[in-house]
Amino acid sequence: MRSITLELNGAKGSYEVEPRETLADFLRERCRLTATHLGCEHGACGACTVAVDGKATRSCLRLAVMCDGQKVQTLEGMEDDTTMEVLRRHFHTGHALQCGFCTPGMLMMARDILLRLSTPDDETVRHQLSGQICRCTGYANIVRAIVAAGQEIGDRPAAAP
Amino acid sequence: MKAAAFDYVAAKTVADASAALASDGATTAAIAGGQSLLPMLNLRVALPDLVVDLGGLDQLKEVSVSSDHVRIGALITHASIEDGLFAEAFGGLLQKVATKISYRAVRNHGTIGGSVALADPAADWPGCLIALGATVRISGLKGMRSEPVASFVQGQYQTSLTADEIIVGFDVPRPAAPLRWGVFKVARKSGAFADSIAFAVSQGRGGPVSVVLAAAAPRPHLLPKVTEKLGAKQVSDEGLRAAIAEDVASLVPPDDAYLMRLHASTVLRAVQEMHGR
Repeated sequence: MRSITLELNGAKGSYEVEPRETLADFLRERCRLTATHLGCEHGACGACTVAVDGKATRSCLRLAVMCDGQKVQTLEGMEDDTTMEVLRRHFHTGHALQCGFCTPGMLMMARDILLRLSTPDDETVRHQLSGQICRCTGYANIVRAIVAAGQEIGDRPAAAP
Repeated sequence: MKAAAFDYVAAKTVADASAALASDGATTAAIAGGQSLLPMLNLRVALPDLVVDLGGLDQLKEVSVSSDHVRIGALITHASIEDGLFAEAFGGLLQKVATKISYRAVRNHGTIGGSVALADPAADWPGCLIALGATVRISGLKGMRSEPVASFVQGQYQTSLTADEIIVGFDVPRPAAPLRWGVFKVARKSGAFADSIAFAVSQGRGGPVSVVLAAAAPRPHLLPKVTEKLGAKQVSDEGLRAAIAEDVASLVPPDDAYLMRLHASTVLRAVQEMHGR
């Protein structure tokens, strides 16, 4: 076991992890933060997307031990995030989910897209979202929700990543 | 799946990393961004006893731009290049290549050094760096050495790296005249590894040209007939197509009409894009 220190959803803490433990397994099994979903476990589906030091990250493609000293944010840490509040509302009203399995990853990636590109159009969102797989919706409502959230936020100053 | 158990060490210095990687009797793997190694660990395709993390090595993050070359540290991520690092030096070529690699979440961690060290036949950076005539800088127990990327990448997942060696970075010569370039990639979906990818670069008009095709053979190849044809004063479209066909035929299995057309068209489109600049 290894000792690591990280800031998880705003709270600093020390944790014991096995070297082979991915960040995703660490979050789900050790921290019981189960918003982060695991689909493929090899970087193909995007369901496990979180933010590490503010950067969108596939938590199945990062060892927890590599995150020593870093800042990790999961969907659970987004309660008070202004960008996420708008996204959540548009996902809800715009019917941007059915079974919901991909939704945490979709929301984390959508937030990353809006923080980088502010008011992306349909085509940009589709391209940026191409690493996230959804098997229910056909993507149309997800893309619409993200475009609408971007337009609503508009020129409002973005939250710190 | 979950990775099998392994030991882990975060290297503090380049010498540390080499010593750990050369551990007697152990299968070792270096990890930088881990965007290729983690899938292989999770699928248990790679089964190392020890994983050596290079992520903390500042020497591998060096970036400098001088009048004659650009130095790119091995740990520079695809996302930093996508966001504009070196955008000026090669007329936007590196930025374009970076943007087309996998997905943003992968580009945030995946590194240029990791991509070249893995030497996937369909990877973007080895072919691009070969087209640009780049040199790879390597550190090991015996000290530093450097080698052209063109000879460093030997085959499918094969390089000249010995167990103790790591890539420190790359020196990419700056073109004598503004770079004209073209790159064309065919992948089954956005972000997937290429089925075919071609790079064409020319130092100004009438300057030295180099054309590379990757994903067609176990390693990227410079295309000699195409290069020779493009060096001539006048190039007919037919002449160019014939040269491309000749070079591609030397790399793909005989009688595979689909692969011939696929690779010939990526090379042609890369050359056309270069000519349009």
